[in-house]
Amino acid sequence: MIVRTPPKKASSSAIAGSLQAEHDVAAPVSIHDMTVAYHRRPVLWDIDYAAPAGQLIGIVGPNGAGKSTLIKACLDLVPRASGSVRFFGNPYKKQRRQIGYVPQRESVDWDFPASALDVVTMGRYGRIPWCVPVRRKDRAKALHCLEQVGMADYATRQISKLSGGQQQRVFLARALVQEAQVYFMDEPFAGVDAATEQAIVILLRELKTQGKTCIVVHHDLQTVPEYFDHVVLLNMRIVASGPTAETFTSENLHRTYGGRLTLLDKAASAVARLGTD
Amino acid sequence: MLEFFEAVARHSLLQYALISGLLVSVACGVVGTYVVVRRISYIAGGIAHSVLGGMGAARYFQIVHGWEWLHPIYGAVLAALLSAFIIGAVSMRSNEREDTIIGAIWATGMAIGVLFIAKTPGYNQDLMSYLFGNILMVSKSDLWLIGGLDLVVIAVSVLFHNQLLAVCFDEEFSRLRGLNVEFFYLLLLCLTALTVVLLVTVVGLIMVIALLTLPIAVASHFTKRLWHMMLLGSILSAVLTTSGLALSYGPDWPAGATTILLAASLYLMVKVASRAIKFRSALG
Repeated sequence: MIVRTPPKKASSSAIAGSLQAEHDVAAPVSIHDMTVAYHRRPVLWDIDYAAPAGQLIGIVGPNGAGKSTLIKACLDLVPRASGSVRFFGNPYKKQRRQIGYVPQRESVDWDFPASALDVVTMGRYGRIPWCVPVRRKDRAKALHCLEQVGMADYATRQISKLSGGQQQRVFLARALVQEAQVYFMDEPFAGVDAATEQAIVILLRELKTQGKTCIVVHHDLQTVPEYFDHVVLLNMRIVASGPTAETFTSENLHRTYGGRLTLLDKAASAVARLGTD
Repeated sequence: MLEFFEAVARHSLLQYALISGLLVSVACGVVGTYVVVRRISYIAGGIAHSVLGGMGAARYFQIVHGWEWLHPIYGAVLAALLSAFIIGAVSMRSNEREDTIIGAIWATGMAIGVLFIAKTPGYNQDLMSYLFGNILMVSKSDLWLIGGLDLVVIAVSVLFHNQLLAVCFDEEFSRLRGLNVEFFYLLLLCLTALTVVLLVTVVGLIMVIALLTLPIAVASHFTKRLWHMMLLGSILSAVLTTSGLALSYGPDWPAGATTILLAASLYLMVKVASRAIKFRSALG
């Protein structure tokens, strides 16, 4: 009779140690071997990525490439089938305050009875203790963030009375008021007016000078070289990632978009512009 | 109308009715606002109808088995909270469609209630008051119960206002900020359940949704912030329940139905007036 001895279980500290080794502890965001599936259909495969600190990073890819899912999976909003994500070497729950998020504008009901200032103040809720009303200093911070996005004059206006661009700026202010180190933004430029687009670009550059990292899902290929230092080309897998000048090439774009020529034509002119800069 | 106020001064029954209407209005304004902005009035409808099961069962055990302490309102509270938990758990954890489970709870609760009421000896006056409400049947002890429940609902709503507001506006963002979204959604459903029980005493379970939502819908035309909506919603509910009671007194109409018709008329008037104002301003 053969008696099998059960294999020794690895101690939890050993597992934590090995996970740590797979992650870049210094990176603001480090993704290791991440796969995400909806109803057993994979939407993201084997994602490995370490975001460089203090950079503006654009996530680019065709519709259905999993750009928004990538952000949501990092933030534990959708379950991961495998893999892990670390922020400065720690899981999301331990770094919650350091991570800001700007969702797509359509994700909420803008008819909600709240003023712009109310919505921005919600960004402070993680810091306000239970059962305590919003403090004056939190309101002051929220107002300051509204000023930063050029919306101070609209602080008391009901959010349904704001234009699409103004609503987007309110969302940005709500993320800013968190005073985070890393910001995830899901298509902040989608459907906004030129003034708002400029305001967002100025804000992104200001965040960069403060040493903060911004990871932005972006759909307009033409503006990628102008707006972002780093780029991640995504189509279910990471096709290429790195500094925009080296990564945002027509070859990589072809591999990402797989022959969607109308989009690529636009991108080609952007790449050409990058070459002449 | 004058006749009504003279009668209030004379009859304690009318005084209790008036006080209970005013008490219930506060919870109605506060919780009704959450229900309207979170768009869960169909859940409130499901909970309201399931309450009949609890009331019917409590009344049965009270009469048949002599459990005098088991007031039908206790049965209502239990049934409403149980329904809220089931709907909440299913919508958060199960793959079952939420509307299916609401429909099931709606009908099952009523079926249980009808069965118990059929097996309870005596004239089924209770059934009618559960279904259509009878604010004039509120006794002094009921009033204490209503007051207590009212206090619980208002205290919890005020204490957790920030969290409930965040969960109603943006669930995903609340989760990221570290809020226990499941807990606060369940808490909101429980508050809705308790408010439904309070309103059942005034307008009966069939008409609860109207009283829970119509004053708030009217208030939403005049307010821009959540707590303003709660305040105006409470005032409007108080005015509607009081005037419903006053108007119905003379011609001996059912008070609940009168209140609901008043609320619906007010809503219609405000809606038509706001359309007319918009139309005129569009014309320049």
